[in-house]
Amino acid sequence: MKPLLKVENLSIRLPKGADREFAITNVNYELMPGEILCVVGESGSGKSMTANAIMGLLPKAIQVETGAITFDGYNLASLEEHRARKIRGNRISMIFQEPMTALNPLMRVADQIGEVFLIHTELSKKQRHERTLSLLKDVGLPDPEKMMSAYPHQLSGGQRQRVMIAMALALEPSILIADEPTTALDVTTQAQILKLIKELQEKHNTAVMFITHDFGVVAEIADRVVVMEKGQMVELGEREAVLNNPQHSYTKKLISAVPPLVAPERPLLAESAPVLTVNQLCKTYSTGGGWFSKPRIVKAADDVSFELHRGETLGLVGESGSGKSTVSRCVVRLLESDSGEILLGDDPIQALDAKALAPFRKRIQMVFQDPFASLNPRKTIGQIIADGPIAQGMPVAQAMQKAAELLALVELPATALDRYPHEFSGGQRQRVGIARALAHDPEILVADEAISALDVSVQAQILDLIEQLKQRLNLAVLFVVHDLRVAAQVCDRVIVMQKGRIVEAGVTKQVFEQPRHDYTKSLIASIPGADWRSGKTTGHAKTLEKAYA
Amino acid sequence: MNVIRALTQNKVAMFGFAVLLLLSLIAIFGPMLYDGSPWKMVQRPFIPPFANDRFLLGTDTLGRDVLAGLIYGARISLLVGLVSTVIALLIGIPLGAYAGYFGGWVDEILMRFTEVFQTVPSFALAIVLVAIFEPSVYSITGAIAIVSWPPVARLVRGEFLALRNQEYVLAAKLNGQSHRNIILKEILPNSLSPIIVLASLMVATAILLESSLSFLGLGDPEIMSWGYMIGAAKTVIRQAWWLSFIPGVAIAVTVLALNLLGEGLNEALNPKLSGKREH
Repeated sequence: MKPLLKVENLSIRLPKGADREFAITNVNYELMPGEILCVVGESGSGKSMTANAIMGLLPKAIQVETGAITFDGYNLASLEEHRARKIRGNRISMIFQEPMTALNPLMRVADQIGEVFLIHTELSKKQRHERTLSLLKDVGLPDPEKMMSAYPHQLSGGQRQRVMIAMALALEPSILIADEPTTALDVTTQAQILKLIKELQEKHNTAVMFITHDFGVVAEIADRVVVMEKGQMVELGEREAVLNNPQHSYTKKLISAVPPLVAPERPLLAESAPVLTVNQLCKTYSTGGGWFSKPRIVKAADDVSFELHRGETLGLVGESGSGKSTVSRCVVRLLESDSGEILLGDDPIQALDAKALAPFRKRIQMVFQDPFASLNPRKTIGQIIADGPIAQGMPVAQAMQKAAELLALVELPATALDRYPHEFSGGQRQRVGIARALAHDPEILVADEAISALDVSVQAQILDLIEQLKQRLNLAVLFVVHDLRVAAQVCDRVIVMQKGRIVEAGVTKQVFEQPRHDYTKSLIASIPGADWRSGKTTGHAKTLEKAYA
Repeated sequence: MNVIRALTQNKVAMFGFAVLLLLSLIAIFGPMLYDGSPWKMVQRPFIPPFANDRFLLGTDTLGRDVLAGLIYGARISLLVGLVSTVIALLIGIPLGAYAGYFGGWVDEILMRFTEVFQTVPSFALAIVLVAIFEPSVYSITGAIAIVSWPPVARLVRGEFLALRNQEYVLAAKLNGQSHRNIILKEILPNSLSPIIVLASLMVATAILLESSLSFLGLGDPEIMSWGYMIGAAKTVIRQAWWLSFIPGVAIAVTVLALNLLGEGLNEALNPKLSGKREH
């Protein structure tokens, strides 16, 4: 079979001052008609670069150095702009990660899709309307007639991504490039979108180039896989071969870093008095509302109760909007709850004012989600960690001493003290965030999606660190997480939340093996690569052994 | 310091900086080095520029030395521009910071208060203030400061609104830091870049305002300023246009230099914003 698209010896040079000379070096692969090729890699691996070069989306400062991208006899890397434009959109189209920003907020869905026809075809207004409608039906949007006149903000994330796919497929392109199209979506929505892409791909026999960081997604839809590391193509092969018998050490490392879906047996903890008790916590948000309209009321936490013990990791899982973050923020009193009770040990802290709360702050600390936003860029690491103890009255010298000890605890070099956050990687910053939280010697650590912004291999390290620290310092950890695979690995007990309510709670292994609530079942079923994980656990164990051999 | 390096590589900004440096040197040392008073009648009136070796830029309607007027005027223009901007920042930053940080009713009250000043035409307000308090350097500086702080408050409020929910600010709250510490040490340092840019442009506006006030005869009668020179020459603009033109050029060059520097600062401090234009 003749390949549809051929990438030959492609090298793309980065501007001076970047962390490496080339974004990608000597990349070679082919895209066959009707196949799904997954390009996998961590952030900074250059996995999106080739796609951007194909679509002409490279920034001006970044240029193709050598090599060719051949499509239909043309070299896309050197084709003049006006001719390349005819191919793009028409024959090759693309969907992006962020469905929120990829659609024009001022255009109705029908106009947005219709515009594609307007630019590339000679269809009449009526024909455009019909084609648009049938596309919306194709991508499985509910009530397509009504959807035609909806604005993007009226749609959910998944619906928006469906509209994006409809737009991308409007001209029946021979190649669809999908750049992390499900990363911003919830796990159940992700499963639906993956299924949709697969279905449409089979129906139209489109070749799909699917860029992702998630091996679960690869297992779900790929025919062939390309693995990228730091701009180098390290492995290329059939899905089964790469997933179950990876050759390159980096691929092995990546695959072994993907947490398996099986919850390991965990020792039961001895009965003890809870360090944190939450009783019937409620929090409602009301937005909008004016003289003529009722405010929109969202119950972010509705009658939430749980207990947390020392030495335990309690997982708070759910999709976006389930209220898990709201609960965690109410618990540390960053948000005021409406009603209910929060007990730290035996002391109620829910109603305390700022002054009375101050001594309790030390006992419950938080690790934040975004390692890039959670450290003040204008302060040194030492200041960031020592600030808390200083604010609580510790002398400066002693606080700096303590900061140095904490750095050692989170396995960072002592030289980091005088450096600024921008000099560190995401994983290192997250370590600093943990050190900052530990500076108070807290009893409870609340980790609010503390690893979701990190690459899988870094995720595993941070999870290890938290687990170690928990055992060493006998911490209670409240782990807010949307990734069930992570929850299965690290939590002793999990609480599943949906729309502000707890729908299921229990010992992790039990919840994962015998989920009782339908929502939990659908969550578990939606995890990408679940079959690969559960069906081939032995195979996985073997690869793990090999990886560590 | 990346910012300084980026700034030194920006030729246009460095040109503005050089002009300002020269003007500042003239303002500080000029009156000591140049032998001549801006008020004294030294020759016959209306000598055109470059006609007399002793008085390079000629004399004005009363026979006073124009060059001396320019040199003394530089001092007052820069001084008023700088001081009034500093005062405006001292009013605007705390107001904006409080409004943005605390939000709620604090924000409502402070912002309504700010809007009172924003809705009154600023130049008219400045005229009224100077007229009430007798024209003097102090009243002029004060009046300019009072009409120019609202944009600062608005800007700072916006920055604080955006930054107060950043995770590092939340972390500081969890640390038990005081509001004062959070405002001064966590948020303010991170919102300085747009404030610096705005300040550089405010100096330019203040210089223009001062000149306009002097032009209308509301300047300090004791002090020679560029605006006063234009104002005094306006009646003879058809016979001796250069008397208005020369101080006008001085004002224009100063304001332009400040704007160039401000633009350069903006690009150096917000590389993400300016980067797009180059690519």
